[in-house]
Amino acid sequence: MAFTTYFIYKAILVLAVFAITLLVATYSTYAERKIAAFLQDRVGPDRAGPFGILQPLADAVKMFMKEEMIPSVSNKWLFILGPSLAMLTACLTGVVIPWGKSLFIDGQEFSLQITDLNIGVLYLFSVVSMGVYGIMIGGWASNNKYSLLGGIRASSQMISYEVAMGLSIIALVMTTGTLSMKEIAAQQHGWHWNVLVQPLGCLIFIICAFAETNRAPFDLPECETELVGGYHTEYSSMKLGFFLFAEYINMFISSAVISTFYFGGYNMPFIGRWVHDPNMLAILGVVFLFVKISFFIFFFMWVRWTLPRFRYDQLMNLGWKILIPLSILNIVITGAVSMRVEILEFFTK
Amino acid sequence: MQLTNRSKVVSKKEMTLVERMYLPAIFSGMLITLSHFFKRKPTIKYPEQKREFSGVYRGQHVLKRDEKGAERCTACGLCAVACPAEAITMTAAERKPGEENLYREEKYAAKYEINMLRCIFCGDCEEACPKEAIFLTDRQVNVYGQRKSFVYGKDILVEPKDNPIDLSKRQSAAVKEFKTHQEFGHNQTFDKNRKVKVGGHH
Ligand code: SF4
Ligand code: SF4
Repeated sequence: MAFTTYFIYKAILVLAVFAITLLVATYSTYAERKIAAFLQDRVGPDRAGPFGILQPLADAVKMFMKEEMIPSVSNKWLFILGPSLAMLTACLTGVVIPWGKSLFIDGQEFSLQITDLNIGVLYLFSVVSMGVYGIMIGGWASNNKYSLLGGIRASSQMISYEVAMGLSIIALVMTTGTLSMKEIAAQQHGWHWNVLVQPLGCLIFIICAFAETNRAPFDLPECETELVGGYHTEYSSMKLGFFLFAEYINMFISSAVISTFYFGGYNMPFIGRWVHDPNMLAILGVVFLFVKISFFIFFFMWVRWTLPRFRYDQLMNLGWKILIPLSILNIVITGAVSMRVEILEFFTK
Repeated sequence: MQLTNRSKVVSKKEMTLVERMYLPAIFSGMLITLSHFFKRKPTIKYPEQKREFSGVYRGQHVLKRDEKGAERCTACGLCAVACPAEAITMTAAERKPGEENLYREEKYAAKYEINMLRCIFCGDCEEACPKEAIFLTDRQVNVYGQRKSFVYGKDILVEPKDNPIDLSKRQSAAVKEFKTHQEFGHNQTFDKNRKVKVGGHH
């Protein structure tokens, strides 16, 4: 492929992924309010535009119009760095997600993944764990007790749940035998979804994803009942918007990752029987992936508006005493099952 | 002492393994919230939809005119005295010859104001009025951006001549009959022996 074509195609893909990420995150705020309302027998925002679909615009205008305040006792640069970092790391993760199969135009292959790192899973983890720096720095720079507590909570929660998350992924890597997101997605054609192979790992991963995105019932870092607003107490205007927005982007990316790791990614069973054109299949794949993502975003919100928040000691207990042993057990079981022939031989000899 | 039979004994037994896994409980909780997702919403979308009001709803006041179109209020001030929120103020004036078609009595209210931010819509003014001049209606007070807009003068309170406010639900025959029994009014202290009014609670 000529360099210019390559460059243009990658640039378009990056922009498209970025735009779609922002769009989905924007409308997640609307969806969140609507779903919360519906689960509570209300109708939710319905004034801005038909069914209130212009509500995110109104919210954004409101955010921009708010007074921008930087506390005089805060560390100004870190204070600005916090939300920027949160936003940056949130947007970085979309790079390795395979949004669909490749498109073939004029005999040239256009992959719908921005870059297929052979260590995509590791990249994802490193970027996700960077996300906590935004929160931590924001909480620290505010020079406010509540913010600091929120920041501390965020970091200890992230560290605790990252371990379990990583361990649950190790089991997945053991069965798939690859660290490339593209491979993982491609292996799950038809009904070979990883959730059927790794049900326990999937459960642990989803629980940890909730904790990593700071969503209820793990939203202790921003816990409005005890910490005012946690790490974003001192933030106002669009800097607050960035923090909140980063959370929605994280939720979107987490949903994409859950779908790709465990629920077949862009694959849909039986679709190959009716559709044969590879380009059509690729486009349908993107649609399926987004259906799955939408379901998981809904699931995130559904859980948020059902379950109460954990107490801090319960959170730590769940993370260290339950999820980590369970995920280690999961690794052992996975190993034993994949080595079952050798083990049987060993005992029957 | 047991007041109701709804109290439940709290059991502090050890949770079973299934209970300690929490997942079944979480699942059933999520089913409950999901069932609410599909329920009909009881919300009434206010400006477009309006709740049906009772005929005797206590909303914005009206100063009535009599059959000939003359204002009934005689600025006696009883409503202002009865008002627990001190929302009513008025200035009295004497009727000039030739104004008989405008004001029913020889004295009338040149200025009559109700502060709708003070008013608690108790209806005491309606009950105190000896001239059947002031009534609450099933209309709602508007929303404004400034406090002074809530002080309603005669321009808003007096009913338009060509468009009288219908009070038939409020002033039914039964109500009129009831009003003749002064002893039932809660503004009056009823003295059984004298069967006359001995003064309001002020
Ligand atoms: S309704 Fe009650 S509070 Fe309002 S003006 Fe009449 S007496 Fe006063
Ligand atoms: S409204 Fe009735 S009570 Fe009030 S001043 Fe007029 S006549 Fe008297």
